[in-house]
Amino acid sequence: MASTHYTPKRQPRLPLPSWLKGTLVTLASISVTMLGLLFVTFFIGRVMPIDPVLAVIGERATQDQYHAAYLELGLDRSLAVQFAYYVWDVLHGDFGMSLLTARPVSQDIARVFPATMELATIGIIFGIVLGVPLGVIAAVRRGSWIDQIARVVALVGYSMPIFWLGLMGLLLFYGILGWVGGPGRQGIFFEDTFPSITGMILVDAALARDWPAFKDAFSHIVLPASLLGYYSLAYISRMTRSFMLEQLSAEYVTTARVKGMSEWAVVWNHAFRNIRVQLITVIALSYAGLLEGSVLTEIIFSWPGIGNYITTALLSADMNAVLGGTVVVGLIFVCLNIFSDLLYKIFDPRSK
Amino acid sequence: MTTETQTLRDWLLSETPTSRRHARLAAFYKGWLTLRANHMAMIGLAIIALLLGTALFAPWLAPHDPFVQDLAFRLQPLGTEGHVLGTDSLGRDILSRMIYGSRITLYIVALVVMIAPIAGLLVGTIAGYAGGWTDIVLMRITDIFLAFPRLILALAFVAALGAGIENAVLAIALTAWPPYARMARAETLTIRSSDYISAIRLQGAGPMRIITKHIWPLCISSLIVRVTLDMAGIILAAAGLGFLGLGAQPPSPEWGAMISEGRRFILDYWWIATMPGLAIFTVSLAFNLLGDGLRDVLDPKDSSS
Repeated sequence: MASTHYTPKRQPRLPLPSWLKGTLVTLASISVTMLGLLFVTFFIGRVMPIDPVLAVIGERATQDQYHAAYLELGLDRSLAVQFAYYVWDVLHGDFGMSLLTARPVSQDIARVFPATMELATIGIIFGIVLGVPLGVIAAVRRGSWIDQIARVVALVGYSMPIFWLGLMGLLLFYGILGWVGGPGRQGIFFEDTFPSITGMILVDAALARDWPAFKDAFSHIVLPASLLGYYSLAYISRMTRSFMLEQLSAEYVTTARVKGMSEWAVVWNHAFRNIRVQLITVIALSYAGLLEGSVLTEIIFSWPGIGNYITTALLSADMNAVLGGTVVVGLIFVCLNIFSDLLYKIFDPRSK
Repeated sequence: MTTETQTLRDWLLSETPTSRRHARLAAFYKGWLTLRANHMAMIGLAIIALLLGTALFAPWLAPHDPFVQDLAFRLQPLGTEGHVLGTDSLGRDILSRMIYGSRITLYIVALVVMIAPIAGLLVGTIAGYAGGWTDIVLMRITDIFLAFPRLILALAFVAALGAGIENAVLAIALTAWPPYARMARAETLTIRSSDYISAIRLQGAGPMRIITKHIWPLCISSLIVRVTLDMAGIILAAAGLGFLGLGAQPPSPEWGAMISEGRRFILDYWWIATMPGLAIFTVSLAFNLLGDGLRDVLDPKDSSS
């Protein structure tokens, strides 16, 4: 029976090479995620109890003005059409006008974003430079006092409210000791003394060879950046330690030791080499976390970055600015996630 | 007395349980013994018990009314007679406010814990058990929420819903459920294909029964660990929203909001912001310590220390 029965061989529906298919699937899932992200922000904008029309024209407008603005904002169209227009606008970098600054939100974000990036980048460098060696040493000398210190450092990092630690840092290093600059990015004597090219003060000051200004900017950034750095250090050192422990218990490490290799070579040339890809993933995620963690830090240090921008907008019900900022940070988050996934796929042969 | 406890202990540790309840109690007791050996976890547990007691007996413990202002006694330093932790800018007793604040913290944590893990468990087990399109759609939605930075999404939600404790809870829960869904789905996938599930299915059990009676109980232990470790994050997020003025509103003695009030005086009157911050730190540290200990007991495969 079975032998006479003809069973058609299953053909793949699209005759595509596997790498192209994989890329298409990845691209499709990325665009679905991005669309979902936009849908969530669109939805938040719709459920807002504040009337978007009144927000634009003010309380004392006539009924005709209200109706005209209502039509201009496209609120008479169906939700699906409104969403389509919203996606179209966002794809063109148009997030609407900010009520607070009376400028396009996209321009505002372009202006404030470098400040956040500068802060987060210095923070992540701090986290990597201290966190990776700490994690490796904690794994190699497991149970020693260094391991205990690493454990406490991480535990405190996971449990400390970042805004409170920032306040305490400001109190101690600025208020009492006077070692660092106060809130803000620059002292008032250095404002506008050199051209803004990248928007990152340290880079701009260095480009202008204005070393006193550079020193001043550094004294302002060092505290918030090391605060953010501490949080990424807690995470990076913990992950490094657990990755290293996994490698060090593998048999090839025993083999290398039996062959008489030095401990240094075993740890750094063999074990550490194998955790690099995982580590880059962790660092990418940690960087994304810093962009977010900077919201509270920026408030404490009056840092004119995107977190400060979103919060200020929020407190004055400037919804375009809030949602624009949310979309931008969300998209960066998604991109960093994809980037770390891709790295994993490219460099880790096991995931193929 | 000692012989009686001895026999109870023997009964609990016996190798041959006589009933289902006996076996369960024995497993629970063995877990407790392991947890008890972990000093750090016990310290965490003690702090949490202390917090519960403080919240429960707040009206008897607090020396003053947390809302009564006394402008003649404003900004008193630590150790002032009658105000051990000093007073704030409106002359309210900081210690009393912190004691009442523990109620708000526990209230927020309890609400989030009632919403997020259960929502995640539902989504995850349904996705994992049903498979196919249901799985794809549910997991895409989960990924979209995971893709958002948590605090910023919570900020946007609070912006839309309005500031206040309940909305802050909702916003935190909305950002906290996706990891639970991921975890529950992964567990369901491994459990679903096991032989005993096939056996139950052959006996005629429907999907509802399999999910609620046979899959959920196995997901619970890792869920508990995850929830305990998440508590610290929930407390920090709630305090952060309170600090930004988007969570509990003044004159509520929420710890984050208290720090925000004290921030204006930080350079001259440091204790106003410092004390509630210490409380937040202590409590989230306690949850982290207990969570680490519970992970060693309930989920030994994950422990790395």
